[in-house]
Amino acid sequence: MKPILSMLFALLFVLAPASAQELAPDAMVRQVTEDVLTVVRQDKDIQSGNTQKAIDLVEAKVLPYFNFQRMTALAVGRDWNKATPEQKKLLTEEFRTLLVRTYSNALTSYKNQTVVYKPSKIPEGETTVVIRTEVVQPGSKPVQLDYSLEKQGHGWKVYDVIVAGVSLVTNYRDTFKQEVNNTGIDGLITMLSNRNKQLAAGKK
Amino acid sequence: MRVSCLACAAVMLAASGCATTANNPKDPFEGFNRAMFAVNEGLDVVVKPVAQGYDYVAPLPVKVLVGNFFGNLLDAWTAVNNLLQGKGGQAASDAGRVLVNSTIGIGGAFDVAAEMGLAKHSEDFGQTLGKWGVPDGPYFYWPLIGPRTTRDTFGWMVDTFLFYDPVWRLDDIPLRNSLLATRYIHLRASLLPTDKVVAEAAFDKYDYIRDAYLQHRRSEIFDGELPHEVPEDQSLR
Repeated sequence: MKPILSMLFALLFVLAPASAQELAPDAMVRQVTEDVLTVVRQDKDIQSGNTQKAIDLVEAKVLPYFNFQRMTALAVGRDWNKATPEQKKLLTEEFRTLLVRTYSNALTSYKNQTVVYKPSKIPEGETTVVIRTEVVQPGSKPVQLDYSLEKQGHGWKVYDVIVAGVSLVTNYRDTFKQEVNNTGIDGLITMLSNRNKQLAAGKK
Repeated sequence: MRVSCLACAAVMLAASGCATTANNPKDPFEGFNRAMFAVNEGLDVVVKPVAQGYDYVAPLPVKVLVGNFFGNLLDAWTAVNNLLQGKGGQAASDAGRVLVNSTIGIGGAFDVAAEMGLAKHSEDFGQTLGKWGVPDGPYFYWPLIGPRTTRDTFGWMVDTFLFYDPVWRLDDIPLRNSLLATRYIHLRASLLPTDKVVAEAAFDKYDYIRDAYLQHRRSEIFDGELPHEVPEDQSLR
């Protein structure tokens, strides 16, 4: 009986590879975080402020789990609907570059912190969920680090990162809105791309 | 210390008197605030290197000790504010923390209570007022203390002068001043890692800090359990 059962299970996994890979959102956040921290803990370059190396790490390990189009839409707010598909694509590309740099930069200040994963209840059939974690550092109050995720097809994707109650995404809303009011969607794209070029060139 | 409250209040009145053309409704006194922001950025030219020096010289255990010591002083006030917010359980836990850490933890130097499972909270009178339904009011950026909403400015005055802060109450002025300076530098040092992130993430540092501060305070009032924000527009995908 037992071998048959296990064969049946094996067959199930072969037939449904997508659902086999499907991780619960809390398990996914934990796995990605630990993967990244394992690398950072051993990488002296990242710890001493090598942003480019941190960016490479984030692009390899974190990027696949982020939904940048959704993030960009949230940051732009109502004006997103005014953008053409081409503008949306450009906005998303530029905003992704900026966010990846911000997120990577935060990694370079890693010092002995550990991450605590708060229990999360994910109601059956729910398609958006917030996974709460805490960055614990000796001598100071833990910093809350939350991820908003949305179910997409078979997996979950992060669409917001919230540090100490501050959303890295919606914190741009007022700035972006103002830019769109002043110079239009194209103006916002230019502002983002100029910024990215400036940062890539290494001058602040 | 009364004088500084009065001075603060006077500046606030003065600021509310002048008509500014600001485009953000949360920040009607942007002109004044940006001027104060510039003042602080100027002061930081001196403060930051000192904080960096402290960060570099002091080994981690020392920084932990300093953080725990000042944190312990605040825990009692956190307990009071939790009580005022109707969170009796948390208030009891915070009172327990002070008791344990002030004794077994040698005057607050060691956070023994955390090891015992009494988690640290952080409450102040501004949060209590927020919980009671007092709105933010206009945003301000003050010299030295930085961003505060109108509500949090009053909260801060209550925290610091009218009610609590044992450091400000010390009669030994040289000791008081050295403790205030140490606390300030420790706080500045703890913000060093965010400097680079903000410098690169922000298009306009003033705006970015304002918006982050407002989000952060809102989250604190809800104790980090903000109602899950469903995107206002479902087409935003």
